[in-house]
Amino acid sequence: MIAGIPLTVLGGAAALLFAAIAAVTGTAAFSPAFVACGLLLLVAVGGAVLRRDDALGAAVVILSVHAAAVPLMLHIDSAPGEMDSGYWALLVSAWLMAWTSVTRLTQTSKKLPTGARRAVDLLIPLIFGLWLMLIWEAITRGAGVPQVLLPAPSAIWAKLTASLPILWADFVQTFLKAVIVGYVLGCGIGFGTAILVDRSPFLKRGLVPVGNMVSALPIIGIAPIMVMWFGFDWQSKAAVVVIMTFFPMLVNTLEGLSASSSMQRDLMRTYAASYGQTLWKLRLVEALPFIFNALKINSTLALIGAIVAEFFGTPIVGMGFRISTEVGRMNVDMVWAEIAVAALAGSAFYGALVLIERALTFWHPSNR
Amino acid sequence: MTDTEATAAARGAGSAGEGSAFRVIEARDLCLTFETNDGPVHALSSVDLTVDRGEFVSFIGPSGCGKTTLLRVIADLEQPTSGSISVNGMSPEEARKARAYGYVFQAAALYPWRTIAGNVALPLEIMGLDKAEREARIKRNLELVNLAGFERKFPWQLSGGMQQRASIARALAVEPDLLLMDEPFGALDEIVRDHLNEQLNRLWDRTNKTVIFVTHSIPEAVFLSTKIVVMSPRPGRVHDVIECNLPRERTLDIRETPEFLEIAHRVRDGLRAGHAYDDE
Ligand SMILES: Nc1ncnc2c1ncn2[C@@H]1O[C@H](COP(=O)(O)OP(=O)(O)OP(=O)(O)O)[C@@H](O)[C@H]1O
Ligand SMILES: [Mg+2]
Repeated sequence: MIAGIPLTVLGGAAALLFAAIAAVTGTAAFSPAFVACGLLLLVAVGGAVLRRDDALGAAVVILSVHAAAVPLMLHIDSAPGEMDSGYWALLVSAWLMAWTSVTRLTQTSKKLPTGARRAVDLLIPLIFGLWLMLIWEAITRGAGVPQVLLPAPSAIWAKLTASLPILWADFVQTFLKAVIVGYVLGCGIGFGTAILVDRSPFLKRGLVPVGNMVSALPIIGIAPIMVMWFGFDWQSKAAVVVIMTFFPMLVNTLEGLSASSSMQRDLMRTYAASYGQTLWKLRLVEALPFIFNALKINSTLALIGAIVAEFFGTPIVGMGFRISTEVGRMNVDMVWAEIAVAALAGSAFYGALVLIERALTFWHPSNR
Repeated sequence: MTDTEATAAARGAGSAGEGSAFRVIEARDLCLTFETNDGPVHALSSVDLTVDRGEFVSFIGPSGCGKTTLLRVIADLEQPTSGSISVNGMSPEEARKARAYGYVFQAAALYPWRTIAGNVALPLEIMGLDKAEREARIKRNLELVNLAGFERKFPWQLSGGMQQRASIARALAVEPDLLLMDEPFGALDEIVRDHLNEQLNRLWDRTNKTVIFVTHSIPEAVFLSTKIVVMSPRPGRVHDVIECNLPRERTLDIRETPEFLEIAHRVRDGLRAGHAYDDE
């Protein structure tokens, strides 16, 4: 009977049993929410055991475990910060059953048509993220972790929604100005230099080592110097971003330009194609995967560079400025709100690049 | 290709130079040595070769005897170490810049980001032809190699033989007077190969093109050629040149005739002798 039941389900059932015993024997605080959560998890365990491989079982597990999350959170309010063993057992059980639900979801999705499978593939990281937040919330609030160490997601969210105008101003200053301008300039100059260097072996010997050296300069050293050169405002941060993004683009583009095979280049030679035609119709296309590699690396570098550069002098706006001042005032939830904005903007930036890359390099063996 | 185009092409060759009006290739004492890490490789050693306008010349010989290398020297993709060579009365470089030839590589070398039609269009775009002309040529040449209907497929969605046919269509679309073909039918099955042999013979007969053709197949060489150059390896050189004066227009039945078998026999003997020479 037990054979064939996944370990996560067995663990979930055991933890649930432990929570029930703790509640009945009176060692655990008890609330209607506790009962509701326990019952919903029982349904999930039942679904997982009795309907082991059909879609109905999967649906029961997924629905009940996510419904159980609501009373689990509500129960914390009965005694915030001092949850007992019954609650932790319930949390472990919920976590294991959520894990089971994702496994079941992937199994069932294999039988679905392509469109639905795509949707499920998108859903899985969402569920994963949701449970990460839930567990974070449950631990910080359940155990009463001090706000300064790690605020609960709900506290961060409350701060975030309450300070939208400030966050927006910081976002405009740091992301829309310093990051975007610096990124476009840095990548553009790196790309242009690569084209020039590729044409002239002399430049290659001169410029690449210099570029290499510039890229090795520590950002902590450059940032104050850029402030002296370009002033306190976003221009000096954009300059830091230019320096950070230039070299990865140069190196990757150079490598990409030599990626075409000699037969492909011979073919262009037999057509008596001009330098420009060969560059445009062959070498740059072959270089696209390399160029996108640099664009993706640079999207993260640019955000880090712009935020850190603001630690070294800035007008009283900007994500880096906010982080450094709010940390000083122990307003850690505001720091986390900025981090959330940065993470969101960074992922969206990166994700957009990935989508464009897929569309442009569909022919590459790694994408087809 | 139409007859008017063919005569226009013939006139183009006539203007190459009065003294050698119909001499397309003239190679004298051509040598090419590759310097490799394990010492020099004599890919070509004192090769003499003349090809006249309208000839169909096949290179045949064991692997590594320099067939591809000789073709690449003609195409200005490789520089000879010594000796002289002219193409259409010009240096190979001038001929290449004048787009005097079309080259079919030993592998298809299609660009994976272009559809089949896009690949055939590539040289035409580089030549600056307008869209209508490009489309007409793409259609005509894809039909010729039996690839009509595959215009919008990408190369990696096609079999190796279909890719090779697409690359032949790409070279033909340039409509050059001189075709350099490096084992173009090596990857194809027997039936398709027969069909394309006939097509190529007809195309050559109709348009008076000059074709230089590398192959490992004796029947193919005899069926297509007016002249068969038998090469032998280490150092790569011309072992024998066999005239092949069958009628210009040929059908596959010709392969059963005594004349055909007689020439095939001589080619085989030449190849054997070349090998034996190598064993000494
Ligand atoms: N780029 C190169 N560098 C060094 N050696 C080379 C180079 N290209 C060809 N060779 C050598 O030159 C010789 C002739 O090569 P080639 O490619 O012309 O042979 P082939 O007759 O076309 O053979 P196959 O029938 O196998 O295609 C070989 O020994 C080869 O190793
Ligand atoms: Mg070869």
